[in-house]
Amino acid sequence: MELKTRVLGLNGNAAVAYAMRQINPDVVAAYPITPQTDCVERFAEYVSAGLVDTEFVTVESEHSAMSACIGAAAAGGRVMTATAANGLALMWEMLYIAASLRLPIVMMVTNRALSGNINIHCDHSDTMGARDAGWIQLFSENAQEAYDNIIQAVRIAEDLNVRLPVMVTQDGFIISHAVERVEVLDDELVQNFVGPYKPVYPLLDLAHPVTYGPLDLFDYYFEHKRSQIEAIDNSFPIIKKVGEEFGKMTGRAYDLLETYKLEGAEYAVVALGSTCGTAKEAVNVLRERGKKVGLLKIRCFRPFPRKEIAAALLPLKGVAVLDRSVSFGGFGGPVFTEIRSALYDAPSRPLMMDFFYGLGGRDIYPEDIEKALQTIESVVQKGTVEEHIGYLGLRE
Amino acid sequence: MSKLKGWKELVPGGIITEAGNARQYKTGDWRTERPKVDKEKCINCFFCWAYCPDGSVIVDADKGIMVSFDYDHCKGCGICASICPAKAIDMIPER
Repeated sequence: MELKTRVLGLNGNAAVAYAMRQINPDVVAAYPITPQTDCVERFAEYVSAGLVDTEFVTVESEHSAMSACIGAAAAGGRVMTATAANGLALMWEMLYIAASLRLPIVMMVTNRALSGNINIHCDHSDTMGARDAGWIQLFSENAQEAYDNIIQAVRIAEDLNVRLPVMVTQDGFIISHAVERVEVLDDELVQNFVGPYKPVYPLLDLAHPVTYGPLDLFDYYFEHKRSQIEAIDNSFPIIKKVGEEFGKMTGRAYDLLETYKLEGAEYAVVALGSTCGTAKEAVNVLRERGKKVGLLKIRCFRPFPRKEIAAALLPLKGVAVLDRSVSFGGFGGPVFTEIRSALYDAPSRPLMMDFFYGLGGRDIYPEDIEKALQTIESVVQKGTVEEHIGYLGLRE
Repeated sequence: MSKLKGWKELVPGGIITEAGNARQYKTGDWRTERPKVDKEKCINCFFCWAYCPDGSVIVDADKGIMVSFDYDHCKGCGICASICPAKAIDMIPER
């Protein structure tokens, strides 16, 4: 099919709402929360204009939003929603149930700091808090990636080897509210890419009655969790395959990770989300000064691509990991902890530091990332990491 | 209950695809006391059958008699003993 695209000026929320219109899900149940509201409002306009066939359920809380999504998905519908921060936290209980019941719900999360104190701006504490819930998590660097990821997420979630919910994130305000150039596909292309939905064990198939969510005690719960581990691990090749296929159609291929100037690099910064764009600029500046530096961008945080990350980072001398959320009392943030663990089996490893940054929407500048790379370089020259944790953009 | 299945044999999501399979879950081993009926005293009123929350009272409807209990599923709650107007059911401690 001929590739038909249009270039629009869209913010991240609008880009996702546009993709949702093109996907035309059976059910959307959502509750507004800054900075996601704009996305759901735009989708509601599509509903009221009759541009989608979606049953739009306005609920009284995010707990109810996810509950309604679970019911609709179990009934056999293609289901989507969106939330942020405290809304995601309120869904907490239901997130686990959605994944445990293997329901392929797709949700956009506009990353925002969890309270308290009350803050509406970007950090990753919301998504990272949900990292153990059993959802696949894809991070977006910009509005284009948010649009592309949400379309791919439908295919990944519904793949018969996966059948798991997928969370697609975009950084609150930085992506969600900044208008960018976004290349959107023709509606028909999106429809063909996601394909018709074939539900598995739908409750509304009255000829084949099934029970969802029965009591599951010490005799079977453990086996069900084991099969859930298998399902999310099975998603690695599917995420890659869907990303390649999307690339063939659009010229924008996606993988679990993206490397930027890592070839021949000695030092690298690791980041997720919009900060990767800032990091690319910092890498460019340092490369011009002759520094051998690069970036590892993690697109897929759940499942955690441990082998690919180890392969990308092991040739390096030093790694600066950027964490936009805190695991209070933990040894570094969630990204740092997992990356260190992924490298443990290698006979020799790069020295590694974690840098907390950007909490509650604190801006990060290319100079901050240069500082992180310079710090890890001087640590390597000393030969030992004295302080594993650093802070970027924090007043002492 | 038959041999427990390994994780690879399970339906994804723990979904039950067979209607009415609660019968396979034998709740009789929850019991600490078992009901015992004295048929000399029993008046076959079927109150025990009507009140049993687990459908574990076996009756012969054609002959109109209360027969015994389904000990695979009876949890030993004692409702039958307490409701019996003829005081024909005793709860005997399980060993």
